[in-house]
Amino acid sequence: MAIFKAPIEDIKYLDNEFLDKSELSDIAEFAEMTPDLTDAIFEEAAKISESLLFPLNRTGDEQGCTLANGGVSTPEGFKDAYLEMTEAGWGNLTCKPEHGGQGLPHYVANAVDEMIVSSNMSFSIYLGLTIGAYNAIERFATDELKNKFLPNMVSGKWSGTMCLTEPHSGTDLGLIRTKAIPQDNGSYLISGSKIFISAGEHDLSENIIHLVLARTPDSPAGIKGISLFLVPKINVADDGSLGTSNAVVCSAIEHKMGIRASATCALEFENSNGYLIGDLNKGMKAMFIMMNSARIHVGIQGVAVAHASYCGAVDYAKERLQGRALTGTKHPDKTADPLIVHPDIRRMLLTMKAYTEGARAFSTWLSFQLDVSQHSTDENKRQQADELVSLLTPVFKAFLTDIGETVTSLGMQVYGGHGYIRENGMEQYLRDARICQIYEGANGIQALDLVGRKLPDHMGRNLRRFFHPLSDFITQHSDDKQMSPFINPLAKSFSRLQNATLMIAQKGLSNPDEAAAAASDYLKLFGLVAIGFMWAKIADNIIHNNGQLSDEFYDAKLKTGLFYMQRLLPQTGSLLSSIMSGSDNIMSLNESQF
Amino acid sequence: MKIETVAVIGAGVMGSGIAAQIANAGKKVLLLDIVPDGAKNRNIIAESAIEKLLKLKPAALMHKRNAKNISAGNLEDNLSDLANIDWIIEVIIERLDLKQALYKKIDAVRKPDSIVSSNTSTLPLADLTADLSESLTNNFLITHFFNPPRYMRLLEIVQGPDTRQETVDTLANFCDYELGKGVVKCNDTPGFIANRIGTYWIQTAMLEAMRLDLSVEEADAISGRPMGIPNTGIFGLMDLVGIDIMPHVLNSMIHSLPKTDAFHQQAVIPELVKKMIDDGYTGRKGKGGFYRINKSRGNKVKESINLKSGEYATSQKANLASLTPSVAKDLRQLVCFDDKGGQFAWSVLSKTLSYSAGLVPEIGDNIEAIDRAMKLGYNWKYGPFELIDKLGVDWFIEKLEADKQTIAPILAAAKGKSFYRFDNQQRQCLNLAGEYQDIRHEEGVLLLSDIKQRQKPIQANASASLWDIGDGVVCLEFHSKMNAIDPDILTMVATAIGIIPGQYKALVLYNEADNYSVGANIGLALFAANVAAWPQIEAMVKSGQDTYKALKRAPFPVVGAPSGMALGGGCESLLHCDAIQAHSESYIGLVEVGVGLIPAWGGTKETLNRWMTNPTRPKGPMPAISKAFELISTATVSTSAAEAKEYLFISPSDGITMNRDRLLFDAKNKALSLVVDYKPAEVVELSLPGATARTALNLAVTSFIQSGKATAYDGVIAEQLAIVLSGGETDISDVHSEEDILQLERNAFMHLIKQDSTLDRIQQMLETGKPLRN
Repeated sequence: MAIFKAPIEDIKYLDNEFLDKSELSDIAEFAEMTPDLTDAIFEEAAKISESLLFPLNRTGDEQGCTLANGGVSTPEGFKDAYLEMTEAGWGNLTCKPEHGGQGLPHYVANAVDEMIVSSNMSFSIYLGLTIGAYNAIERFATDELKNKFLPNMVSGKWSGTMCLTEPHSGTDLGLIRTKAIPQDNGSYLISGSKIFISAGEHDLSENIIHLVLARTPDSPAGIKGISLFLVPKINVADDGSLGTSNAVVCSAIEHKMGIRASATCALEFENSNGYLIGDLNKGMKAMFIMMNSARIHVGIQGVAVAHASYCGAVDYAKERLQGRALTGTKHPDKTADPLIVHPDIRRMLLTMKAYTEGARAFSTWLSFQLDVSQHSTDENKRQQADELVSLLTPVFKAFLTDIGETVTSLGMQVYGGHGYIRENGMEQYLRDARICQIYEGANGIQALDLVGRKLPDHMGRNLRRFFHPLSDFITQHSDDKQMSPFINPLAKSFSRLQNATLMIAQKGLSNPDEAAAAASDYLKLFGLVAIGFMWAKIADNIIHNNGQLSDEFYDAKLKTGLFYMQRLLPQTGSLLSSIMSGSDNIMSLNESQF
Repeated sequence: MKIETVAVIGAGVMGSGIAAQIANAGKKVLLLDIVPDGAKNRNIIAESAIEKLLKLKPAALMHKRNAKNISAGNLEDNLSDLANIDWIIEVIIERLDLKQALYKKIDAVRKPDSIVSSNTSTLPLADLTADLSESLTNNFLITHFFNPPRYMRLLEIVQGPDTRQETVDTLANFCDYELGKGVVKCNDTPGFIANRIGTYWIQTAMLEAMRLDLSVEEADAISGRPMGIPNTGIFGLMDLVGIDIMPHVLNSMIHSLPKTDAFHQQAVIPELVKKMIDDGYTGRKGKGGFYRINKSRGNKVKESINLKSGEYATSQKANLASLTPSVAKDLRQLVCFDDKGGQFAWSVLSKTLSYSAGLVPEIGDNIEAIDRAMKLGYNWKYGPFELIDKLGVDWFIEKLEADKQTIAPILAAAKGKSFYRFDNQQRQCLNLAGEYQDIRHEEGVLLLSDIKQRQKPIQANASASLWDIGDGVVCLEFHSKMNAIDPDILTMVATAIGIIPGQYKALVLYNEADNYSVGANIGLALFAANVAAWPQIEAMVKSGQDTYKALKRAPFPVVGAPSGMALGGGCESLLHCDAIQAHSESYIGLVEVGVGLIPAWGGTKETLNRWMTNPTRPKGPMPAISKAFELISTATVSTSAAEAKEYLFISPSDGITMNRDRLLFDAKNKALSLVVDYKPAEVVELSLPGATARTALNLAVTSFIQSGKATAYDGVIAEQLAIVLSGGETDISDVHSEEDILQLERNAFMHLIKQDSTLDRIQQMLETGKPLRN
């Protein structure tokens, strides 16, 4: 059975040494986040992940959820764990204190989030969906609705969902048919079918608060006629007490490849009471605003599962004895050398490690930018950070979930046949990680968002927030000999990214197919450079600062970073060639020739 | 005879505008009006009209000094002065009795062969001349200008049965060459050509928009499209012209047109419009019109009127399925589209085109002249018969028949054919007999659009083409979006420099777009700057410098022939020419500071050089440096070619052509005149004072910043400009080569393009078309 250890040392390094938090040091809530405090939070989160959640991961996968008499039962142990987690406040780290939350910065909360997801992704979904719903209600609902629903959601007594997809309406939400009929008292009656609703029905919380996209009669066709409604599973009286059932029925749960302990439900609403959140017909605006944090969350799922797989693979590679090192026996006392002596095993392990740690640094850095975009006292800085986050969100979501797939697949490979069978748990990671590339906007959609929306927005202004700091970083270190193994490859790949961007900007303006055909490769190129930037920043940080951690830790970081620069980053070359080849090789085949 | 002196009688808006354009042509003009009762200053009306001309925006005068060509007078004291005048134009109130009385007075003093014309738009020539002497009748016509006379190119001329042909020719020539007008000869029918069709079109569109329940924005988005004026549309146009004008025009048309004329069906003034006029909502000149800008809530909000309720509400962008680009760009698809936009388009277009066709031969027997009148007088991109060709004559007839509408004889005669065709590359149009006849231009008119129909370009890419315009002259045409200078255009300049020696003699930079060039394509530069592609940007700058330098050094004459805007990189292309032949309506300037940059394709260098080598400049380099600094740092744009000479954007010896259609012909001749013994411009060397000059310039800027006339960032840009103009780190004993100054231009440009404030300026300019003052 694969072992699991939370990446506590790396997380502490990133938060305490790597991350430049000066931008928000003038804000009390951020100044309070001293290493003493955050280390304690991280250590506690690591403990609960390793001892409470990880043991439920494989059993949860084996048992899955069951639907009987309209109710969904979660796997054994989930309910107790849910109570323990919510009572301890692990479900509301970023919620505002006024609603009973912890009010932690994103960069702290997201590190905790990674550990929870890493130990048990299915379980984490029940907590995560509530936060998604909380964010939308907190931002757009009336005070009356907030007061009525938020405290119980923050405490975990009630949970939340996001109900978007319908059987005929997935990526294209303009096709939604669920109806909302206005009532005299200002509420609505909601009717329709929703599918793929995570945590849509379960036995963990006493009520479930659904956020439902629906259209009112006479609303404009398409995406501009969609509104967002709050629909509780059980009606809530004005005094907060639970009333009658609200005619929200779980008609089926999906049988899935992965995240099997997460209940993915088909829900039927039949004249269920609903309450408008935000403005009429502006439901998509509310959804779009929530997407940055939701997509960042999914990107973190990619890193988290990648880390879990790496833990198992390293352990196995050190323990499993097979063959002898090619340059001579390393462990004559043993029947064979451990797998880790073999270059190709090391290649796989280092690929896993370099991607995962680079992605984690990216996550920490981007989460902090999200904090800046929300909390900086300088409006200009808030806006610039917002532009940076909005540019990088599709890259983060898609590239990190691709990493999730790559790394969990390698993790299984390290195990050989023992990875393919269920009992070691390595194949579960691959199955769990796979959904991340699909939900919350499939990765192809992320690539389109990047080239079609984020890139041309304000004639490329979002780009400036990433390209200028990176360009300045390269210039600043151009004469730094110690840094050159990092800076030279980074500069080379950066210029590839610049050229690809200009090509897409130029050709894409006249022919959108050109931009779309390049989109996925471009996003990968972008992701590789972004993580290359992180590794170069890590190197800069380690070379030029005296940290508190062990020399071995720093040495490993630099070597892993070099591996990234020399073995992974050069993929940008082939991606650039693909991008520059244009759209003809994709568009010229007739439909009938497929 | 030749027209040298002109008198304009009536100093109202039209009269003074006409006088201004005559003054613009460099002719002396006498402006007369009545003596108001009890006036101390008997010339008060004409004098204050001239005062107003000097303040008018857009300017009626091409240069303020042109006002000196106009002398004010009154009809009592100065009547006898008319004896020396070659052409007397009457522009008084539209009352037959007053006009006839005036003509008698004029006749008493005029010299026998002088020409007299009326600017009437509503009264028939036959009535005007009913009671005149034979001598006057022989020399009398209607010259109908459009408002504003400087900018509207149409001039309708109506001659009577007794008007001498020489009189007509003399006047038509004068108006064509000297005033730059497109002269269209019309029959003596109400509204002549342009207003007859134009007002019918406006009325029809307004009434149909109300009938079909379109919003003001929807009607405007649709109505302008077929005519190629999508930015104004019908209601926008009425706001511009003045809504209160309409009842007057309609009234005179109703009275003079036979009851059978279809005009009567559309000559209704809706209650809403009557109320708007009564309430002072007469358009832009009044409290607002169909649109208004509401400033009551602190910021400017564009509002539009609800055509049913008469209430104003925030303007909403038109959103009709028929406006989808794939539909709206195809005329047939648009008029067949099944929504109210499509119905509106068909209704307005079919009625307007049928009506126009039905007016042949009543208003004129030459369909090409009718099309030209609508294009010049109403800014339509296509005339009515060109529009019918676009629909297809047979297709249009079938659709009219399906609608049970009558088919005009000229339309029936065109069945199976088109109104226009090319025969052996000669453009032809149908005449009344149903035969094709050649469309011939006046002598001295050379149009690239004709050349392009006849031959293939010598070379072409996406943004520019080279054309052989005969006699060994090559024309370089820009055709990128807004004629922005981009790498393709620079490549084509280099190509021209490569192929002309040996095969051809000279090069003309000319195109027939609204604007010669709005500047460099800064969209590309902004993207490149946003991704920090500094080496690429510097290469772009260098490539522009190299190309323009090569143009200047080319072993053959290069003549720039701008019309409309020639800004930034477009202006810089002209600064590197040997000579300029400019259309009088050329708006030239180096506007780079507006987007946070300085001219760096040699424009700063050339401006400095022109002022340094200006023979009339005072001693020492400082006056020249200051002048170049002032022009560039304030982004000065000339409001005419005449003003551009004052700024030395074009040289005192450069030519100006008043008539747009004659520009290429004149430019070509200018180029050919330079061919013999041609020597490229000499290599320039300049001695510049360095830090001392820079300090002086910066001091001036600092005071502008302190007084609030310039922003702090304007100061940053000006500082960079000052470095270039003062020669950088140098002193007066150093000699600077052109290369040195180009290097300074590049350095300053690269410094500025890396600043966020510059990128913000570029972005706002591209997104809104308006400069950002940050």
